[in-house]
Amino acid sequence: MSVDLPTLPVQPLQSKDFASDQEVRWCPRCGDYSILAQMKKVLPTLGIPKEKFCFVSGIGCSSRFPYYVNTYGLHGIHGRAPAIATGVKLANPELQIWVITGDGDALSIGGNHFLHAIRRNIDMKVILFNNQIYGLTKGQYSPTSPLGQKSKSTPYGSIDHPLTPLSVAIGAEATFVARSVDVDIKHLTMVLERAAHHKGTAFVEVYQDCNVFNNGAFSYATEKETRSDSIVYLEHGKPLIYGKNRDKGIRVAEGNRVEIVQLGGDVKEDDLLFHDENTPEPSLAFLLSRMRHPEFPEPMGIFRAVERPTYDESVTKQVEAARAKLGEGNVEKLLNSGDTWFVN
Amino acid sequence: MSTATLEAPASSNGKKLENLETVVIRFCGDSGDGMQSVGTQMTNASAIFGNDVRTFPDFPAEIRAPAGSLFGVSGYQLCFSNHDIFTPGDAVDTLIAMNPAALKTNIEDLKRGGTLIVNEEEFNKSGLQKALYEANPLDNETLMAKFRVHKVPMTRLNRDAVEGLGLSLKGADMCRNFFALGLVYWLYDRDPKPTEEFIKSKFAKKADVVEANLRALRAGMNYGFSTESFTVHYHVPPARLSAGKYRKITGNEAVAMGLAVMAKLSGKTVVFSGYPITPASDILHDLSAFKHFGVKTFQAEDEIAAMAACVGSAFAGELAVTASSGPGICLKGEAMGLGMMTELPMVIIDVQRGGPSTGLPTKTEQSDLLLAMYGRNGESPLPIIAASGPGDCFSMIQEAFRIATEFMCPVIFLSDGYIANGAEPWQIPKVEDLPRLKIEHITAPNGENGEYLPYKRNEKLARPWAKPGTKGLEHRIGGLEKKDVTGNIDYSPKNHQHMTNTRAQKIANIANFIPEQTVDGPASGKVLVISWGGTFGAVRTAVQQSQAAGKSVAHTHLKYMNPLPRNLGTILKSYEKVLVPELNCGQLRLLLRNQYLVDAQGYNKIEGKPFLVNELVNVINEFHG
Repeated sequence: MSVDLPTLPVQPLQSKDFASDQEVRWCPRCGDYSILAQMKKVLPTLGIPKEKFCFVSGIGCSSRFPYYVNTYGLHGIHGRAPAIATGVKLANPELQIWVITGDGDALSIGGNHFLHAIRRNIDMKVILFNNQIYGLTKGQYSPTSPLGQKSKSTPYGSIDHPLTPLSVAIGAEATFVARSVDVDIKHLTMVLERAAHHKGTAFVEVYQDCNVFNNGAFSYATEKETRSDSIVYLEHGKPLIYGKNRDKGIRVAEGNRVEIVQLGGDVKEDDLLFHDENTPEPSLAFLLSRMRHPEFPEPMGIFRAVERPTYDESVTKQVEAARAKLGEGNVEKLLNSGDTWFVN
Repeated sequence: MSTATLEAPASSNGKKLENLETVVIRFCGDSGDGMQSVGTQMTNASAIFGNDVRTFPDFPAEIRAPAGSLFGVSGYQLCFSNHDIFTPGDAVDTLIAMNPAALKTNIEDLKRGGTLIVNEEEFNKSGLQKALYEANPLDNETLMAKFRVHKVPMTRLNRDAVEGLGLSLKGADMCRNFFALGLVYWLYDRDPKPTEEFIKSKFAKKADVVEANLRALRAGMNYGFSTESFTVHYHVPPARLSAGKYRKITGNEAVAMGLAVMAKLSGKTVVFSGYPITPASDILHDLSAFKHFGVKTFQAEDEIAAMAACVGSAFAGELAVTASSGPGICLKGEAMGLGMMTELPMVIIDVQRGGPSTGLPTKTEQSDLLLAMYGRNGESPLPIIAASGPGDCFSMIQEAFRIATEFMCPVIFLSDGYIANGAEPWQIPKVEDLPRLKIEHITAPNGENGEYLPYKRNEKLARPWAKPGTKGLEHRIGGLEKKDVTGNIDYSPKNHQHMTNTRAQKIANIANFIPEQTVDGPASGKVLVISWGGTFGAVRTAVQQSQAAGKSVAHTHLKYMNPLPRNLGTILKSYEKVLVPELNCGQLRLLLRNQYLVDAQGYNKIEGKPFLVNELVNVINEFHG
């Protein structure tokens, strides 16, 4: 006799399943809270079991992130998260890896690892919380702080020319490059989702407000009055239009540059730059990454999303190819390789 | 050259064949002259013949130093014998000098009465100038009277031999090393067959190059056979090594092979992350060809990344290993600390070279012991083991992983340039006798409330190793101080004291799980000589010679550097005096004095060269009094 057992519906994961039992210790109103919240929203939608995620971080405020997500997590050392994550992915390619880093962590002490993870296209998501300041060490300028920024270590203003994280990533030929803002909840969710689905190194810069040491650094991009004129949303296949009245656009001008144009009159939408995130050649994405406030509206969204074999996949393939060609490694044969002789 | 009154086999061409017990020869020439290559061939031929063999390749850091210059001289010394030997020998019996610079930098090591073979054509004005000779040393009768000199016009003879093959002069001259080798083969009665096979496979795609090198080799042999200059040649009968099958092995080869074998037998993946550095790079090279054994290799962007990747791979649940040398180990320090703090198993190989800073990249030294002991911030003791010779690297690298996985900690494996590049005959082990690494990943939560407690320790104080991807064991760890059992961040004073003590205790306890120290010689007496790492051969040989001369001296050789074997203190107290010869300024001596309050004396050499047996015998005898 057989009994039909009811099949238990698999309980889909929810945001709360990804909350760890640790008390979150960021400053009140820190932009990190929003990023954590959106992340916990995105993770359950990916169809990946909780135990298959691994968060890896370096050092800095943002790098406490792994403690607050109930997955596998490794809080590393300053700047080395991409290298640590590379080791994790090589050893265990089934895991989905998220690297959480900051502007100092990724671009200053860890600049080298950041570049090499990207050029190898290791399958990992790299989320850079850019607050243009060192928060955990209490307020020194960072490699993304603007010229002239006053901080504890620059009382007369910074004289370091800043790096643009997206330009660096595109220069290293990242296969996925995006930008969002901590308080733009919907947009951030969308960008994280897209990053999660990308195969290869997905680099996301998130403008994140450090309300203690660099309050309002990105207010132009977040405040209602200024936002529409200060940012332009990138949408694949669509023209770059922005402004309160959506009457301004971005057009490619002579001399490998872009310019702002007023819509209406002579300029039609068709004259504008139509975004193509899949262009194999990274120059267009690079051009977009050069649009900086206040001269230009800063693009938000997916700058680039192209396909290239991932490093970890290639490693696995080489191992398989070696096994196919040479057969499974034979210990006896290895030990006896080369010239051998007998002593009686 | 130790002569023996053994019966000489039949002579040929009217030339005598004399039997010898042990021979030391050295090939030297420009770094582009192929001296390492012919040295290796001579080693193979001697090993396959059945001699015991030890080698000492000694080459400059410059890949192609200016031709003929003194600093561009590359040398390869080997010793072959009809009995067990432990070193490549002290004084040289036969020196092959391909140019004046090679003669100048090596002649001091040639025994009085030894054989000197030179390529006389290189002793021209330009060659002599480059070697800073004011007069041709070959014309110096006082100097030449000390040796049996053979001035051979190698360049011309070799060019004649390869004539008709259409090679350029430069191409023809590139075979000169095999001409020299051929001459040595005749002189020492070596079978050229293995070398001929090597030439055929090495240059398989270039028939003319194969032919040229074969002709050069043969021409060198024929020259020895037919010229009147050579009246005697020598035979070193096979050694009476323990019965079995042998192969030649270098330290770096043994490490790579040990790792590949371990991966296969344990069913785990070995993930090797490294960055090129002399003299450790060969480990990366060899391992990258062992992918079918379950080995993944990652050439990282720098030493720091290589170490960081190791921590990542260990966290991910596989066998993580990196290899470097002093400068690289310095860079790895912080990430090694992370491995220590997260209590993850991994192995860090340090193939020591001359330091400090860039130092002497291609020369050997034992000066990283204290770096291994103390080269990290905070209280961060790690187990350290040191291989005693090339073949020993095979089992010790696996021993390093046994300790790492049994006690959940990084382990430092010390080798050195001398072991890494030196070769010796190695008795091939039986597969069934090889150790099997037993690894048990935790598979279910270990807490009373169904939670996973990553720092809940076993009786060895080791914490469990959870493999990411395992359901129910999700956890977060990092470099911050953590609470025992739960692994949650905890900076409280008592907890930090407890965790510091626990981590140190865990490492100290390893002394109960390693072999006890043994002594070669009397169990008590006047002098104990204590050595570690790559000086084993020289020290053992020297002590045995002192013992034979009637001195009350014993030898103990350390392979476990931290923790030290638990009976070492008792051993140290059993002798009146303790002598610690080291290729550094007294690093082990400092540790011994610190730990055992023993008045150990040192003999320290820091010349980038291994100990000579003779110098140690003198030191030991003088110390003994």
